[in-house]
Amino acid sequence: MDPTFKRFRGTFSYLTSDALEAAVNCALALEKPLLVKGEPGTGKTLLAEALASALEAPLLTWHVKSTTRAQDGLYVYDTVARLYDSRFGDGDVKDIRRYIKYGPLGESFRAPQRVVLLIDEVDKADLEFPNDLLHELDRMRFRVSETGDEVVAQQRPVVVITSNNEKDLPDAFLRRCVFHFIDFPEQELMRRIVGVHHPDVDRALVDQCLSIFFELRAMSRIRKRPSTSELVDWIAVLQRAGVTSVKLDREMPFLGALLKKEQDLVAFADQLAGGKKYRS
Amino acid sequence: MFIPFVYELRRRKVPVGTQETLSLARALAQGLHDSSLEGFYNVARALLIHDEKHLDDFDLAFGEYFRGVAFDAKKVTDEMLEWLRDVKKMRELTDDEKALIEALDPEELQRQFEERLKTQKERHDGGNRWIGTGGTSPFGRGGFNPAGINVGGGGGKSAVKSADARKYKGYRSDLIFDLRQIEVALRKLRAFVREGAQTELDVEGTIDATAKNAGELEVVIRPPRRPDTRVILAMDVGGSMDPYADAVSQLFSAAKKATHWKELRTFYFHNCVYGRLYRTEHFGDPVTVPELLRQCGPNYKLVFVGDALMAPYELLSSGSLGPGEPPTAGIHWLNAMREHFHHTVWLNPEHPRDWKGNTIEVVRGVFPMFHLTLEGLTEAVATLTRRR
Repeated sequence: MDPTFKRFRGTFSYLTSDALEAAVNCALALEKPLLVKGEPGTGKTLLAEALASALEAPLLTWHVKSTTRAQDGLYVYDTVARLYDSRFGDGDVKDIRRYIKYGPLGESFRAPQRVVLLIDEVDKADLEFPNDLLHELDRMRFRVSETGDEVVAQQRPVVVITSNNEKDLPDAFLRRCVFHFIDFPEQELMRRIVGVHHPDVDRALVDQCLSIFFELRAMSRIRKRPSTSELVDWIAVLQRAGVTSVKLDREMPFLGALLKKEQDLVAFADQLAGGKKYRS
Repeated sequence: MFIPFVYELRRRKVPVGTQETLSLARALAQGLHDSSLEGFYNVARALLIHDEKHLDDFDLAFGEYFRGVAFDAKKVTDEMLEWLRDVKKMRELTDDEKALIEALDPEELQRQFEERLKTQKERHDGGNRWIGTGGTSPFGRGGFNPAGINVGGGGGKSAVKSADARKYKGYRSDLIFDLRQIEVALRKLRAFVREGAQTELDVEGTIDATAKNAGELEVVIRPPRRPDTRVILAMDVGGSMDPYADAVSQLFSAAKKATHWKELRTFYFHNCVYGRLYRTEHFGDPVTVPELLRQCGPNYKLVFVGDALMAPYELLSSGSLGPGEPPTAGIHWLNAMREHFHHTVWLNPEHPRDWKGNTIEVVRGVFPMFHLTLEGLTEAVATLTRRR
């Protein structure tokens, strides 16, 4: 084993599970990209931040959008600026390098030290997008065709890729990644996560919030189930507002922090109305 | 070696190949599994599985494969330590040994298991930190007991046991699905064209035009790419479709939410199409099939959802467009629509084993039919996007 290889064990503010640690460590040891999937709000993006802080490496983030192309991550050749300069004569147009702007992936290769590169929500882009990155991620090098320069990674960046599962990713891409599916935290882990974010909240309130939260998630008619980040926000709001106890009813304070859809609020009210019958 | 386990996965149609196997071998050579079965479970899962829909298969395969892995009761401690050091050895058990285990008294096994855990705990306190020891109960890290499953209780969480819990069952693709998964499947049903106002700078075009113009800048603009998929969704409601109301309503809301389509028209019918389709669920606001065919060009993609089960006469005898017009059979209208549209599919919630010897067989002769599951839907979408 590489003697400098240090196992990732989560950080003070980011709690992990054995399975997640195993996946991260596989990715680190085998120098493969780590693909993280899971319900929204389970901390996929935060993982990259935690990893960067654990490795004491800078974090570069590439937020993928529906219009993002693979090329954008490597470099962009700003033709328009060059055309403009050639027309209106500002600066040295012959030096193409002046018009090459590196993207996050290009920057991560050029960085003098090892960096953590987060490719966030890779599934947002076109279906072919991940395939276009295969070679660069594999070889960690690419050529700027306009200048003939070759950019080679000085230190292989640690690549973390998140996906919300909006599109299937291509098999060839998947095969090169270490995969981890973040489970929804169970009640005990959730309590610890809340504890990390709100260390000074009254334990009784946390208990109440947790039980309401899991009861809400268990309601089958709710379409968009609240997630970890929403629970954390909700508790923050409650704390700010000085609420000391909550119980599951229609007048629950700041319900909007948990349920974001009107039809879910209606379903919630219905469910409560139905529930009262057997309680009384 | 773990290679037979890889074949066990392949038998379950999990796509694992040489590349994954080699990665796993490298990871094990580096000791990433901490010489424990639980570690092996985590490492193997991270490297062999690429999609949550296969996690359940992985758990099943793991459970099956390592269940037979138990131990000789008389030499429990030593043997287990051996196994912990070398995960590969575990499968070299003979049938005799397995029989011995099966004959073992559960309480005795439990006692030894606890004893074993105590030994192990002391050992770890000595400095050998096992993955993620959260300092919970003495049995909290039962995971390294390869036979934990046979013990049961005690709060021990062995890899085999957590594999047995099958908590990823919900992510299998061959079961009826959830809303989000349908949205994902439908997202593939898309196409783009450039039309409308010219608002986008065409860089290539600009360069060409500028070069042709002897270096004088000439800007070329073009219309942006827009979605160009038009879908007609026709759903059978009521009667024999009631048991599937949930699945159908999910498909419906996913289709409604799809923003990558230019147009979505939804219609309802009961059992079969008799000359007209209805815009509301309670059979109001009808549109006749000839009218629909006039409004919608053959480029519309037609999706039927229904069990296609009805009395044979409903399909083959009469329906009428009104007094005085000739009666026509349901099958006539289905054929008319099939001929008009280039891409049609029929999604059926009934299990494919029931697709023979009834009206489903007739309808299936008209439309390509797919099972209303995530897998079926994905195939249907592929059919709809295939070029003619």
